[in-house]
Amino acid sequence: MSTDRLAAPELVAVDITGVTRQAFILRGAVTAGAVYGLSTVGPFVGQAFAQDDGGDAEILNFALTLEYLEAAFYDQALKQVSGLSGEVKELATTLRDNENEHVDALKAAISDLGGTPVKAPGVDFGEAFANQKAFLALAQTLEDTGVSAYNGAAPAIKSKDVLAAAGSIVQIEARHAAAIRSLNGNPISDGGFDKTLTTKQVLKAVDPLVTS
Amino acid sequence: MSQTQDGEPGQGEGAVAELAKDPSSRKRFLSMMGGAGAASALAIFVAACGDDDDDDSASSDQADKQPKKSGGVDLEIVQYALTLEHLETDFYNAVIDAGIIKDAALGKVATMIRDNEQEHVDALTATVKQLGGTPQKPKTTFDAVLEGGEKMVLETAATVENLGAAAYLGQAARIQSKEVLAAALAIHTVEGRHAAALNSVVGKTIVPDGAFAKPASMEEVLPQVKPFLA
Repeated sequence: MSTDRLAAPELVAVDITGVTRQAFILRGAVTAGAVYGLSTVGPFVGQAFAQDDGGDAEILNFALTLEYLEAAFYDQALKQVSGLSGEVKELATTLRDNENEHVDALKAAISDLGGTPVKAPGVDFGEAFANQKAFLALAQTLEDTGVSAYNGAAPAIKSKDVLAAAGSIVQIEARHAAAIRSLNGNPISDGGFDKTLTTKQVLKAVDPLVTS
Repeated sequence: MSQTQDGEPGQGEGAVAELAKDPSSRKRFLSMMGGAGAASALAIFVAACGDDDDDDSASSDQADKQPKKSGGVDLEIVQYALTLEHLETDFYNAVIDAGIIKDAALGKVATMIRDNEQEHVDALTATVKQLGGTPQKPKTTFDAVLEGGEKMVLETAATVENLGAAAYLGQAARIQSKEVLAAALAIHTVEGRHAAALNSVVGKTIVPDGAFAKPASMEEVLPQVKPFLA
């Protein structure tokens, strides 16, 4: 084990750069434009710049997009993947139900903050439903990405309540990730620290799965 | 209870040292903590946090270069996290040394988790120093668990990991510095992964709280780890 890697300067270099409020909102809006089409982004941008305190709703909309994606993924997989083992089917059902609860909670939280919840994106999971192995492979990517997305966005959250809620959700994503990784025969984590991803990195990563 | 380093409360470094000196804030803290275990939980906590002496030139220099803009709260939280991570690391080391886990695959998981916890200890130790504190290492004991055999060891591991994940979650919203928060979150989710894996091992659901993980406060966590502190 390398202790160099663990020195405090490395620790604090965890990727939260570039998340000044304005930059974060702008980037979020621009990338959301790519995902949802410009017409839906108009109000989004307007709101982001109109109110200085609107940032948390935008962050939660970003999270909501990922939760929609995950919920749709498990929902479709349960219907489309043939030959899922009993164990996998049971896990996928639990995960789908959890993701749907996250969707509902995020929508409510965004409305409470005065924002407008984004609509569910169109999705296409390609060959991921060809068989159980392909399904589990993409499931691992989605869950790990979800963890890194929340962890990356959370330090920019202003409200303590919103932060606590995001923390409560991200721990569940991590539990999902570990369970899927175990089924895939992979280590449950890549080392002692989960990586963080910026919104831009996340949206780029999931872009191939989003059709509208 | 005991500790590896004894120390007197230092010169106003951190909320805990302040607490130890100031009867009114101590009273407030105790009433916040409530319950019969409050005093002993506080004792563990103060001992775990220990002193903030000024004779360590490295940490003083560090502190001078990096003003503690997050104040004492972050130091208090990081010391608390360090105590829990030491406890976890010591636990897995004791389990591995005792050769209690017979299954090779499970043994590999225990070793991997131990390595993660050790990484957390190293990172948090560095962070305590960076915040101007002196890292403390508690003395631990797991004899009672080890004597219970493999099943009790695995169930205890699951309990401790779920508690650890809840402990981080319980502090997240209190953390002042974005850097410390980012680090705590990166550790928090790994604890969540451990908890899920160990829950599976002992036949429990990976998500015992459902879709939303429940936090645990210091006053809830400390009495539960007290049996493991020598």
